[in-house]
Amino acid sequence: MLSKRIIPCLDVKNGQVVKGVKFKQHEIVGEILELAALYSQAGADELVFYEISASVEKRLLDVNWVRDIARHIDIPFCVAGGIKSVADAAKVLEQGADKISINSPAIARPELIKELHDEFGKQCVVVGIDSFFDANTGEYLVYQLTGDPNSASQTRYKTSEWVQRVQDLGAGEIVLNCMNQDGVRKGYDIEQLSNIRKQCDVPLIASGGAGVMQDFVDVFQQADVDGALAASVFHKQLIEIDALKQYLAANKVPCRL
Amino acid sequence: MIAIINTGCANINSVRFAFERLGVNPEVIRDPAQLKQFDRAVLPGVGHASVAMKRLRDLGWDKAIAEYQNPLMGICLGMQLLCDETEEGNVQCLGQIPGKVSYLKTGQLTSPHMGWNTLSVCKAHPLTQGLSPDEQVYFVHSFAHASNASTLVESEYGTRFSAVVAKDNYAGMQFHPEKSAKVGATLLNNFLNWQL
Repeated sequence: MLSKRIIPCLDVKNGQVVKGVKFKQHEIVGEILELAALYSQAGADELVFYEISASVEKRLLDVNWVRDIARHIDIPFCVAGGIKSVADAAKVLEQGADKISINSPAIARPELIKELHDEFGKQCVVVGIDSFFDANTGEYLVYQLTGDPNSASQTRYKTSEWVQRVQDLGAGEIVLNCMNQDGVRKGYDIEQLSNIRKQCDVPLIASGGAGVMQDFVDVFQQADVDGALAASVFHKQLIEIDALKQYLAANKVPCRL
Repeated sequence: MIAIINTGCANINSVRFAFERLGVNPEVIRDPAQLKQFDRAVLPGVGHASVAMKRLRDLGWDKAIAEYQNPLMGICLGMQLLCDETEEGNVQCLGQIPGKVSYLKTGQLTSPHMGWNTLSVCKAHPLTQGLSPDEQVYFVHSFAHASNASTLVESEYGTRFSAVVAKDNYAGMQFHPEKSAKVGATLLNNFLNWQL
């Protein structure tokens, strides 16, 4: 049976891993390669690296660390940050990344998803979506350029519309970042993820809100996501990945031990 | 010396790095005439089968691979290219591994088959040494080889299919051993130690 994936996310800024709360106030967590090695040895199923300042600064991420990761890490990894074209994606994939994830550049130019799909295949193309729940209107809205609070802005899309659109264009996987939950460790947004799951035929990865091990069990069992992404609980060593895997297995969530 | 065959349509680096982590330095080769100088060879592959097959034939790899006497292993699409034929683009393949590659019928499950899945060994072979029951490896594919006499290891995703195959000096792994953590390293090491 296919395992549910545990995916530590490493936000990269100036060559180091950082962590913010609700996408703000970034603090340095550690060296990229050190953390990547630690997590992969502990049993992470996949890693996501996201160079948060790239899109905001309108440049491609630094591909040098991508090559270092590929050289030393023996699990799949996905890279995000300022990938705006097939040529950009090729530079990242050539270094040994397994997938590329795009977010703001796809909102600026949705055809990019199709171009990447046609060139590299569906399995390479991950679309990250930053979804914000507006309590005033009761709607889930897509945000862009969330790497820097000064540039973050609402887009013209409702989350469910954008999820449909990116699938139609050839996205092979969707990472749904539930912004209201990000970094606050109160659990994943099960309601939103369950709703998106119903319209999502490609792998769906939950992001934002993991606080305790039961949150992972809940999101797999109640929202039926394929993977759960988390950052602060791993960076702050609130949850050890090997213990989490044992906990998932004890709760009958299929996983790799 | 081990060669990695570069036909220009696969990510060579991941496979090269995986062997480097095992302490060997593979040489990436682009000319079929070089192949026979190597003790063993790997045929990686990502992308579309018809494009990759055309490139193999245009460059003369089909003949060089058919004449090769030492262990040669295909990875992912590389494994499928070693089989008789594939449904992906309906092309004839290299024909070193008996059997046909077809679209993986996943039923209700999402396609492609992507992620960590369990292996079950069906035949003892030097390539599968040291594999414990229920080990998991990383798959990314939508087409698969139907199990037959050349199947050493199976996996299941909607349908059972070949995860590892071997015939004579040719072998293939449908998953990505280079991305499959310790289990992948064990399997690549088995390939390095495989004596015919």
